[in-house]
Amino acid sequence: MTGTIKARMGTGALALVLSAGAAFAQTELRMTWYNDGIEGEVMQVLLDRFEAENPDITVVLDVVPYKAIIEGLPVQLAAGEGPDLARVTDLGGLSQYYLDMTPYLGDTDYWTTSFGPFLKWLDPDGDAINGFMTQLTVTGPYVNKTLFEQAGVELPGDGATWDDYATAVKQVADALEIPIPMAWDRSGHRVSGPAIAMGAQMFDAEGNPALVDDGLKEMAQRLYDWHQDGTMSKELWGSVSGNTYLGANEDFANAQVVMYMSGSWQIPQFAETIGDAFDWWAVPAPCGPAACTGMPGGAALVALSGTEHPEEVSKLMDFLAQEEQLAEFYGETLFIPGHLGLAEGGVEFATDDPRAQHALETFAGAVPGISPVAFDLQGYASNRVMFNALISRLNEAIVGELTLDEAYARMTDDIEKALAEQAR
Amino acid sequence: MAQESDQTTGDRVASFVGAPVRVLFRLLETPLSAIQRGIGIKRMPWIFLLPNLVFFGLFVILPLFINFFYSLTGGTQLYLTDRPFIGTEQYGFLLDCETFADPQTCREDRFWKGIYNTMVFIFFQVSFMVLFSLITALILNREIRARGFFRAVFFFPVLLSPVVVALIWKWILLRDGILNAFLVSIGLDKILFFVSPEWSMFWAIFVSIWAHMGFYTLILLAGLQAIPPDLYEAAEMDGTSKERVFWRITLPLLWPNMLVVIVLALIKGVQIFDEVFVLTGGGPGTATQFIVQYIYNTGFTNQVQNFGLASAASVVLGVALFVLTMAQLAATRRKDDV
Repeated sequence: MTGTIKARMGTGALALVLSAGAAFAQTELRMTWYNDGIEGEVMQVLLDRFEAENPDITVVLDVVPYKAIIEGLPVQLAAGEGPDLARVTDLGGLSQYYLDMTPYLGDTDYWTTSFGPFLKWLDPDGDAINGFMTQLTVTGPYVNKTLFEQAGVELPGDGATWDDYATAVKQVADALEIPIPMAWDRSGHRVSGPAIAMGAQMFDAEGNPALVDDGLKEMAQRLYDWHQDGTMSKELWGSVSGNTYLGANEDFANAQVVMYMSGSWQIPQFAETIGDAFDWWAVPAPCGPAACTGMPGGAALVALSGTEHPEEVSKLMDFLAQEEQLAEFYGETLFIPGHLGLAEGGVEFATDDPRAQHALETFAGAVPGISPVAFDLQGYASNRVMFNALISRLNEAIVGELTLDEAYARMTDDIEKALAEQAR
Repeated sequence: MAQESDQTTGDRVASFVGAPVRVLFRLLETPLSAIQRGIGIKRMPWIFLLPNLVFFGLFVILPLFINFFYSLTGGTQLYLTDRPFIGTEQYGFLLDCETFADPQTCREDRFWKGIYNTMVFIFFQVSFMVLFSLITALILNREIRARGFFRAVFFFPVLLSPVVVALIWKWILLRDGILNAFLVSIGLDKILFFVSPEWSMFWAIFVSIWAHMGFYTLILLAGLQAIPPDLYEAAEMDGTSKERVFWRITLPLLWPNMLVVIVLALIKGVQIFDEVFVLTGGGPGTATQFIVQYIYNTGFTNQVQNFGLASAASVVLGVALFVLTMAQLAATRRKDDV
């Protein structure tokens, strides 16, 4: 009897030691993530698959608000306390914290072939492989087509300008007593595309930031006027300060907005929240004298240099970046592919909603027409300095605290001060 | 009988729970006695204060000094050791103004806008807070029906998180909020409260008073209850009017509490951030952007996080708070003298 107990205890102890050994061998990776729609759920499915194939690696998906990615993550990274991987939108701005996975990847050619131009967004000054785009985004407007039909106003066609749209949406709003004819996301990134369409160059001949020029002034003046004549409501831009982001997606989904300038990332959300309640319709970027362009952009999943497990991180990234995984990810999330092969070959999107399909076609079709200036601006590492100066000062002019000329001077000054501080 | 049994059980529980404490004290007795023999009984309070002093030093005093050193550096690096020393340059940026009365002539226009907004805010908020707290305390000190209920009602908002307070009021005040629904129901037009600088400042002050008034009412109520009733009885026997009783008895005897309330409200007013940040976001424009939000924006929300300038601004804020705290201490001392 005593012998049996001893044998059992011995077996138990051995099992404990072995399981402890296995636990010590386990590598835990932490991925900081934010959600626009259902992409967190889709990513979790892919991570479960990875863990099944790699039982020695556990990946914890930490879902945080977008604000934490913009404001909290940079401080975390600067303090050396960041996660192993993160989904970011300040692509070039955080490049100093990215891990160059080149030494750990088996097939670097696959990465350069599949993600070539976007790798430059992550590492503007080098040739590192830091991550891949979880979504490519294009800014552009949506209209509530049902309201146009109810008001009997014709939807402006291809080649329509911002002025054409402003006139049309005002007619619709007046006819149907809709409170907000036109709304734009409160974001410098959103304003930049239309400004470039008006001829803004964003950089001088030497490639230094030069935000304020005639093209930008053309667009800024329009935005100012639209806020004064009621085409745009001060409720969105005027009701907060600084560079605080505000979207009008909820107002648009509640049919309180006729035209909403945002971007392709809203498609999955609108497909779910609006569905077939009304015809939400993506329209091509309105034109200016220089171009008919939106701004490219997107979010990327990047490996971070603070990780203690660069090999495992690279293994995970390589798994997620494969065409099979990404086709599933983009297809389920209704995101425009940031993988050149998939963009060319097409992705089977998991929706039978004709509005979502049309929006995906419209935004994907807009990519070739994007102005080179817009690509340059997106690739500029300190572009958020320009975006923030633009939106915060323009807003102060719109609410009457500054004249437009004072706002232009302050924009230039803000950018100069920020870049000088950065250069110390 | 049952009570005796309960007491016995209670004693047993107390004895059981107290056992580890007794053991701890026995363990500490020897080293503490040794220390007392070594430093003398007069210095022993320092030994008991030491744990608290260590925490206070680590989490209050040390960050204060670190913040001050940050204000003497530039660049965007996080660690102090990586940051270039630039002396008082950041303070120079903050004070670089053609006319201090006009923020637009200042290099850091938003810093000065924040200061002016904070001054306007604390002037109205503190004045009305003290006034309403006093009126409420006077009413709640009287023999009215459901006095306990009303005392609780006025105190409840103090228990709420500032973010919750702001969100509740935001939902009330939005375009499709309850207040606008009410205005429409009585035939009026909707008001876009957060688009107007005046309305935004009004609601920032109103919500702040609503959220904190209960705390100050409680202080004043305690002061009112400490006034000896025989003074009122004597005044009544002399046929003194109610107004005269208020001005000649209540207010002078309540004044030390009033001073504490005023100074505490001033300090809280200067520190205002969370409620207003959630409620108005500092807008429209910079109409409700206060000094703490300026510090937060400068240090954290911009792509180029200017920790040096944010630290310099917070040193300026710290000096203002220090002056107010000294005023509070002086007021408290006067209260003790009374």
